[in-house]
Amino acid sequence: MKAILTVLGRDTVGILAKVSTECAAVQGNIIEVTQSVLQEMFAMIMLVDITNLTCSLPEFQQRLVEMGQREQLVIHVMHEDIFNSMHRI
Amino acid sequence: MLNTSDILETIQMIQQENLDVRTITMGISLFDCMDSDIDRSCQKVYDKITRSAGRLVEVGRMLEGKYGVPIINKRISVTPIAMLVGASGGDPVKYALTLEKAAVALGVDLIGGFSALVHKGFSAGDRELIEAIPEALAQTTRLCSSVNVGSTKSGINMDAVKLLGHTVRRAAELTQDNNCVGATKLVIFCNAPEDNPFMAGAFHGPGEPDCVIHVGVSGPGVVRAVLQKTPDDCDLTAVAELIKRTAFKITRIGQLVGTEAAAMLGVPFGIVDLSLAPTPAVGDSVAHILEEMGLGRCGTHGTTAALALLNDAVKKGGVMASSSVGGLSGAFIPVSEDAGMIEAARCGTLTLDKLEAMTAVCSVGLDMIAVPGDTPASTISAIIADEAAIGMVNSKTTAVRVIPAIGQPEGAELEFGGLFGSAPVMPVHKESAEVFIARGGRIPAPLQSLKN
Repeated sequence: MKAILTVLGRDTVGILAKVSTECAAVQGNIIEVTQSVLQEMFAMIMLVDITNLTCSLPEFQQRLVEMGQREQLVIHVMHEDIFNSMHRI
Repeated sequence: MLNTSDILETIQMIQQENLDVRTITMGISLFDCMDSDIDRSCQKVYDKITRSAGRLVEVGRMLEGKYGVPIINKRISVTPIAMLVGASGGDPVKYALTLEKAAVALGVDLIGGFSALVHKGFSAGDRELIEAIPEALAQTTRLCSSVNVGSTKSGINMDAVKLLGHTVRRAAELTQDNNCVGATKLVIFCNAPEDNPFMAGAFHGPGEPDCVIHVGVSGPGVVRAVLQKTPDDCDLTAVAELIKRTAFKITRIGQLVGTEAAAMLGVPFGIVDLSLAPTPAVGDSVAHILEEMGLGRCGTHGTTAALALLNDAVKKGGVMASSSVGGLSGAFIPVSEDAGMIEAARCGTLTLDKLEAMTAVCSVGLDMIAVPGDTPASTISAIIADEAAIGMVNSKTTAVRVIPAIGQPEGAELEFGGLFGSAPVMPVHKESAEVFIARGGRIPAPLQSLKN
């Protein structure tokens, strides 16, 4: 089971580190990261393996969304299946 | 990994273009609740609904979280209550209050099935139920009602059409203090589908399984955004192709959510209803899609053709995305629920006659249209008859949901709020159809019905 995590916000030091720390805290395994900084905007897409999460997916989402609010980042966590079903036949 | 642009496209559709799953609707058969005693029957109905749909709202919320896509409504449809009234007798309003109570207890948004199927004639319970509709709708807020008055196979029951003109007026009169809201929850069908997840016309047909999950998707905003990016000289073949691709993606979400909800609830998955259902939110309008195709305003010449293209492309894209398609499936054109339609009706470009023509090529029919408060019942019946005739001859579903704005003249506006939006009162023809409607009887089924 995998989730897609997207992060958008103003670029600051340590965004990637903070997001990865949150994932690691509940055994979310980061498989792939794509990130870019356009002017001052930071955009990142992560593929996270959530098979062995120590909490439920809603709790995981809640953690990240709250962290995002603290850091003024917009974070979405969505199950991978929605992208697969929309974009793959 | 998935393509970055695909991921961003999905997120943009949900965040900015109002993509959502409009409804997860659980259909529940009430055949095993029939009893000769109405109170016992009501108790069985309440028990069965609350037992079957106990986790519906919770499952809806879980899926919303998991996939990050809003599921706007969780709804229930039940066996047409007229069938239960036929067995139990008694006051049908008791069933209405029971359904309302169950809906409130479960936290579902709407419950449909205060319905009767009378396309060939009235049987026990049908007339009693129709006569009780205005009272039932006045005493409830989540209950929805529908009556099927015609079909391609059986013709149109004009006695029922005559009766329903009065029922619609009465439903509005009893809720006059509340924007005549009673009439917004009553739909009169021709060729009503048995597996429709959309309200107010949802009921659980007698041919359906005991319990089933249907899904209705939405997404006019997404289609419009795609068309907005195309140049004006892009030809209509290419436009149709783009809409098809978009409809495919929208429907896949419905299919995903529906199959998973059914599995979680332990009931079979029914159908995905491939409909473009607008909301009053800015940017979520079917009229604006038509305008994006190049019409100055929805309702002008060319509207029917543009809508036909849209409707067909939505179905073609959606049908491959789902294992089973049903319900109403097509573009909806409810006036009050669509910001673009409201504007077009206010400025007079969109008229009742044009809307009637549009219903020949798209889903459903004359939907959420406010008519002047002094419109006679016979004129409402005549509007119903016209619409039913289009459905009967073209072997398609048509429906009428008009709201007589009691005490309000042409040009006034009814404010329903929420998904129901606001309805400008539109003019109707003044010339009477009284004698035609008073004849009653049945319009025989057309030649199209003889297919065997």
